[in-house]
Amino acid sequence: MGNKIEVSNLNFYYGKAQALYDISLAVPEREVVAFIGPSGCGKSTFLRTLNRMNDTIPSARVDGTVTIDGRNIYAPDTDVVSLRRRVGMVFQKSNPFPKSIFENVAYGIRINRIHQNKADLAERVEKALRDAALWDEVKDRLNESAYGISGGQQQRLCIARALAVQPDIILMDEPASALDPIATQKIEELVVELKNNYSIVIVTHNMQQAARVSDKTAFFMLGKLIEYNSTQKMFTSPDEKLTEDYITGRFG
Amino acid sequence: MTVTTAACAFGVVAVLLVILGFITYQGISSVSWEFLVDTPKPVGEGGGIGNAIVGSLILLGLASAVGIPVGVAVGTYLAELGGNWFGKTVRFVADTMIGVPSIVFGVFIYGLIVVRQGYFSTLAGSAALALIMIPIVARTTEEMIKLVPNTMREGALALGAPQWRVTVDIVLPAAMAGIATGAMLAVARVLGETAPLLFTAFGSRFYNIYLDEPMASLTVQIYHYAISPFEEWHAKAWAATLVLITLILGINILVRFVTRRRF
Repeated sequence: MGNKIEVSNLNFYYGKAQALYDISLAVPEREVVAFIGPSGCGKSTFLRTLNRMNDTIPSARVDGTVTIDGRNIYAPDTDVVSLRRRVGMVFQKSNPFPKSIFENVAYGIRINRIHQNKADLAERVEKALRDAALWDEVKDRLNESAYGISGGQQQRLCIARALAVQPDIILMDEPASALDPIATQKIEELVVELKNNYSIVIVTHNMQQAARVSDKTAFFMLGKLIEYNSTQKMFTSPDEKLTEDYITGRFG
Repeated sequence: MTVTTAACAFGVVAVLLVILGFITYQGISSVSWEFLVDTPKPVGEGGGIGNAIVGSLILLGLASAVGIPVGVAVGTYLAELGGNWFGKTVRFVADTMIGVPSIVFGVFIYGLIVVRQGYFSTLAGSAALALIMIPIVARTTEEMIKLVPNTMREGALALGAPQWRVTVDIVLPAAMAGIATGAMLAVARVLGETAPLLFTAFGSRFYNIYLDEPMASLTVQIYHYAISPFEEWHAKAWAATLVLITLILGINILVRFVTRRRF
């Protein structure tokens, strides 16, 4: 299969401070790529360059290229709004809108005018909730507040919200770090399930999680990409000594 | 610690209750249906504050119709885009305007509108009140919008929402309860203003709905009743004060009910 995302020689700066150094890697279509590394290594920053979420930070500056389906998303003629529609994102802390469960999922469909009519909208919302393995738990309370469900359910609601706009790629920034083991397990099963239809990039602190869900793993340290290999190889016989030290828990 | 703070809190509430109780005690006996619908009459012939109630509501309605939307718009700008020198200047001007005595706004509008037109008018009164409202609404709106977590904005941006839709669809509704509180503060403030109206809407003894004529208001009517030498009119001043406070309380409860958090 081809590569969905190709990053080459990416440097990233917060003002004068450089946060990412000369990163090149490729994310294959319909696979899960995990980013691991110690806190502050730049893995979240890197993730946010893939849908230009860092544009909201005034002092941020990028050089290098990120191409998605062969087009450089940092080219001047890129429509950032439609880029973000194609590259969905799930955040570390679940961030439902102050709306009902239904309206949370419907919001992205509405603003992008994906639906044809009301029935179609309801159908799409149901499908997104089913795909996020949440439908059975919320189908009787769609019009209640999104803040009334548990943290794990809220996070799956945010995943459903991202799926509803039919992205090609889903970026997940430590999606399970604030959840208990059972909710975490549900999210992980979901990630494995979703890769049949989406290319997924997941940032995680939890190395077991990376080992469980991903096909390829990238190890970052101090803003540099130390190693990028198949997950199998990373966790059994990594090429780099640093990777091995980190994975075996000698630091970080 | 607990005892001290509780005592202070109790003290504040007690003072408020004493004021409210005293006004009710002084005013309740003069409140009647006639008082609420009649226009002012000479001493000894009864008379009431009907035209003043209507006048106050018209003045307040017009001032709110301009002051609240403009204030919310300014506050939204300051919170979402106001990090530059222009935003800092606007914020400083708003803070200064909040501290300016209200009579200054009255004199300003007197010079700007009343003197040029040659007559007192409802519009001039509303303009003065709107000027008082705008900075209050703007600054509370800004603070409330800043409380909306950034992750919520990012969540909407990540779905492919343009910036303006994020603000309109997500940020403003999330901050709505706080913005309504700010608007209520401004409404309560201007409903209780007398000084800016003396120079602008002036006051009237008749029912009036024309915006280019002088307009009665509760506060100015209270002022006229209170400075008179007649015991009967003093009682009417107390009663009008009671009506004014009830009106503010009623509007407050209504707005809280309408903008209560649904989700």
